[in-house]
Amino acid sequence: MDATVSTGTEDSVWGGGNRPLGASYGKMMMWFFIMSDALTFSGFLVAYGFSRFKFIELWPIADEVFTHVPFFHGNYPMYYVAFMTFILIMSSVTMVLAVDAGHKLKQNKVILYMFLTIIGGAIFVGSQAWEWATFIKGDYGAVETNSGRILQFVNAETGERAALADFAKTLPEERVKHQANEGIWFQEEGYRTSYSLNEVVEGFKATPNILIRTEQLNEEGEKTVLDRKESLAKILEANQVVEGANLIHNEYGHRLFADFFFFITGFHGFHVFSGVIINIIIFLNVILGTYERRGHYEMVEKVGLYWHFVDLVWVFVFTFFYLV
Amino acid sequence: MAHEHKLEIFRGLLKFKSNTQKIWGVLIFLAVVTTIEVALGIVKPRALTHSHFLGMKLLNWIFIILTLVKAYYIAWDFMHLRDEKTSLRRVIVWTPVFLICYLIFILLFEADYIYNVYKEGFITWNF
Repeated sequence: MDATVSTGTEDSVWGGGNRPLGASYGKMMMWFFIMSDALTFSGFLVAYGFSRFKFIELWPIADEVFTHVPFFHGNYPMYYVAFMTFILIMSSVTMVLAVDAGHKLKQNKVILYMFLTIIGGAIFVGSQAWEWATFIKGDYGAVETNSGRILQFVNAETGERAALADFAKTLPEERVKHQANEGIWFQEEGYRTSYSLNEVVEGFKATPNILIRTEQLNEEGEKTVLDRKESLAKILEANQVVEGANLIHNEYGHRLFADFFFFITGFHGFHVFSGVIINIIIFLNVILGTYERRGHYEMVEKVGLYWHFVDLVWVFVFTFFYLV
Repeated sequence: MAHEHKLEIFRGLLKFKSNTQKIWGVLIFLAVVTTIEVALGIVKPRALTHSHFLGMKLLNWIFIILTLVKAYYIAWDFMHLRDEKTSLRRVIVWTPVFLICYLIFILLFEADYIYNVYKEGFITWNF
């Protein structure tokens, strides 16, 4: 009577139909993606840490680099980045609210919250573009030495940073930007600084209250300022003027700082941008009622996971780039 | 899809009535932590920048710990890992944690070694 072998799945681990992780296929794959992406970002951030530990005594101080707020003049370290962080966290919140409304099958609420999320993402990407533009433009200008170190200038009386324009002389020298059509095809000058090296050096010699600030961090964790005699000796090592930052030169300090800034915030910004695009697609689908007909809003939940991940990465980028 | 929500945070210290309420509660918490971070970053109290633990400034340790706290609440409440099965949660959390710790360990030690070679070895690189 009981000779038949039980094929019931309810008490057999191997009978199939088990859901050990309790997640649907799509959600599982989103988690796979997030985890691999998390490892990519950690690779970048740890590489940043590597370079920083390698040049621990000369690394730029982030507070002195990111000091601008749009429409305001003056020195406001961190405020704008903090604002960007709040925007991203807020858009994360509207995203969870959209997911929550999706669970309750409230289409109109999902539409509203998705819309707010997209707006938040757009503000963030815009802020990041502005931050890049400010960083590339630079503010005070500096000179680079033969070994690639950056020398900045400070006013001896106030202790404030001095811009090149404050002391550089305008010399009657002709300097033409090198164009490709005037040389061999691959020789084109990338950018031209507003003062030549000679003008900066002569101006420096003629202005006694300007001192040189090196990249070296002192005991107090501040950049070392040389006295006038040392400064005059140091300026002879300069071999070019640097204004702003790009992948090769960086007026704020070590060039790797600029490289990692462009690379990591750029990669994150690209994630936010693609997140906004995906959000828009899902937003349109919600409006069209695709998920209403499907009977569940799991797509909103999945795109939400991605969006929160982008926020999560920013929390780390914020700490390691701007705070630490 | 996990439809039931666990509505407690801080190990049951704070209980919310609905999921929506919990989301706002977590937002307030994250905002407070970020404000503390930014305030410390601007003020830079001397007591924290001049004391070290394991070769790093105490202030930096605080930043990193607060970041991990924020990461925990984003993952647990926004990415609703709190409502997922324990097995899924463990797979998601411990795999990257293990790999990232390994990576940090290797690269930072190597970087410190190179720093010492530059500093004490017979290499002129700042000329």
